[in-house]
Amino acid sequence: MLQQNTAPTAARVPGRGLKRRLRLGERVIEGWIFLAGMLAIVVLLGIIFILLKEGLPIFAHTNPWDFLFGTRWYPLAEPPVFGITPFFVSTLWVTLISTAVAVPVGVACAAYLSEVAPPKVSETVKPVIEILAGIPSVMMGFIGLALLSPFVQSLFNLPSGLCGLTAAIMLSLMSLPIIVSVSEDALHAVPKEFKEASYALGATKWETIWHVCIPSALSGIAAAIMLGVGRAIGETMTVLMVAGNALAVPASPTDPMTTMTAAIANSIGNAVRGGVQYQAIFAIGLVLFILTLAVNIIAERVLERQKRKFAR
Amino acid sequence: MAKSVKKWFLPLALVLVVALTFVGCGGTTTTPTATPTSTSTATPTTTLSGSFKIIGSNTITPLSSIWAENFMNANNKVNIAVSGPGSGAGIAALIDGTTDVCQASRAIKQSEIDQALAKGVNPYEIRVATDALSVVVNPANPVNELTFAQLSAIYTNRITNWNEVGGNDAEIVVFSRDSNSGTFAYFLEDVIQMPGLPTEDKTLQYGGDVRMLPSTQEGITQVAGNVNAIFYSGLGYINNTVKTIAVRKTADDTAVLPSVATALNGTYPISRPLFFYTNGAPAGVIKTFIDYCLSTEGQEEVLGAGFVPLP
Repeated sequence: MLQQNTAPTAARVPGRGLKRRLRLGERVIEGWIFLAGMLAIVVLLGIIFILLKEGLPIFAHTNPWDFLFGTRWYPLAEPPVFGITPFFVSTLWVTLISTAVAVPVGVACAAYLSEVAPPKVSETVKPVIEILAGIPSVMMGFIGLALLSPFVQSLFNLPSGLCGLTAAIMLSLMSLPIIVSVSEDALHAVPKEFKEASYALGATKWETIWHVCIPSALSGIAAAIMLGVGRAIGETMTVLMVAGNALAVPASPTDPMTTMTAAIANSIGNAVRGGVQYQAIFAIGLVLFILTLAVNIIAERVLERQKRKFAR
Repeated sequence: MAKSVKKWFLPLALVLVVALTFVGCGGTTTTPTATPTSTSTATPTTTLSGSFKIIGSNTITPLSSIWAENFMNANNKVNIAVSGPGSGAGIAALIDGTTDVCQASRAIKQSEIDQALAKGVNPYEIRVATDALSVVVNPANPVNELTFAQLSAIYTNRITNWNEVGGNDAEIVVFSRDSNSGTFAYFLEDVIQMPGLPTEDKTLQYGGDVRMLPSTQEGITQVAGNVNAIFYSGLGYINNTVKTIAVRKTADDTAVLPSVATALNGTYPISRPLFFYTNGAPAGVIKTFIDYCLSTEGQEEVLGAGFVPLP
């Protein structure tokens, strides 16, 4: 393209000019790409910097131990009390349960799509699952509110269906597409020879999936699980709508609970910029950031191992 | 071509079925927001123009949306955006300079005035209406009246079963607005902490099992569908799917149901003023708008929205 544009000019200008012009164009594009790359890094560093700058001053008001392990969160009390244990425990409950629901279903679905299903079925089911990933989280929250919470309430005979369990089930539906999609890719990448060898030894389909395919793709599946976990930790709207938002440390999954993300959304509105509550909210954000970063780093490491395993 | 259509037909059909199921679920619970009615054919009485924002109380939102819509119909070059994240959020927005008018269902606190002055914002208070805060339960709940002490005990989780206040033997499901709400702060300071009563206790806070909801409408929906639920809301949100509770300050007082009449004559114990706050005295189009709200015509809308007009 560049060659074509400069061609008429090249007829008039001697060769050296063309060379210089090309080099200049190259330079501009190189610079542009470099800037775009830097921008991403600068923005990311900026976010980390702001999280630290706005969040760390809270520790002058509440010491880190009380902040992380305090069980009471009363931003409007005099003096305000900030303890994030209820939110941390809620996030843990919701994430654990949603993972426990999504992983067996997701991996089984991936194994079915990759090994068992006739091509026609997997061609139909995979796009449907991928569409599931595109449903906005507020819609999932609304479905949870209107359909799932009355069901959970009557099934477990609870005082109200707005509880951690309802949120966890909705979250498992939201992380399912990621888990299915990534695990399916991992299972697909298992070399054909492995399966052929297994069948040649007289193994059944089930034995091949359970003893050959899944173990070989294990690190890919583990990465899929971590990505699903990351999705569950970071999700806000759905849990805000259906988890019940109570301030006590939840003792069971059927208690109402406030996750860290919901706590931020619940109180960011009335926090004055630079105030103590504002700092406390940013500190929650900081804890959340460290948590998701750790999950993502682990996922990345595991995925890399998977890639190296079959890069022969 | 035909093959690819076939390939996409089943997923598409499934998605359509799912989508239609959602449509059947009814309306969403987003806060009402006024939008300019550009198709209005009403001839403008003045040549007012401009746009401004009203942010704050979720309670006042239905009322200020009506005011804003009427005002925009009469002056079609004016654009007013109303949103109701909560009084605290509105006051924070006023202090940060991100809104022109703040609507609040509680008076601004001294600490907030100090923060505002520090940022060069001078909060100017205009009382626009009165609200009677209603305590609601499911129509199937036999409890009809509660005292301040009982309400306080319910909201601090010291009473957890309806039979302790004369109802069924069932766990009380306590709903509240979240801390963004002016109603949250007002109910805490004027009911839970029982000011002016012998049992007054400034250290009381909402109990750990109280479920916080992001909108008032959602609370009404939850109470309508749950026999053991209790919630509080502005009079403007009450409809026949829920039952209002008669409230008395102490066991010796007579129980009074919330209504426009009982709030006006001062017998209903949980009524409160509703405010607009601006940065300095309002001027220009904002002044014209607030004058409209305070006019006889504007105050008629207050009754229509379920609130109590100014005396």
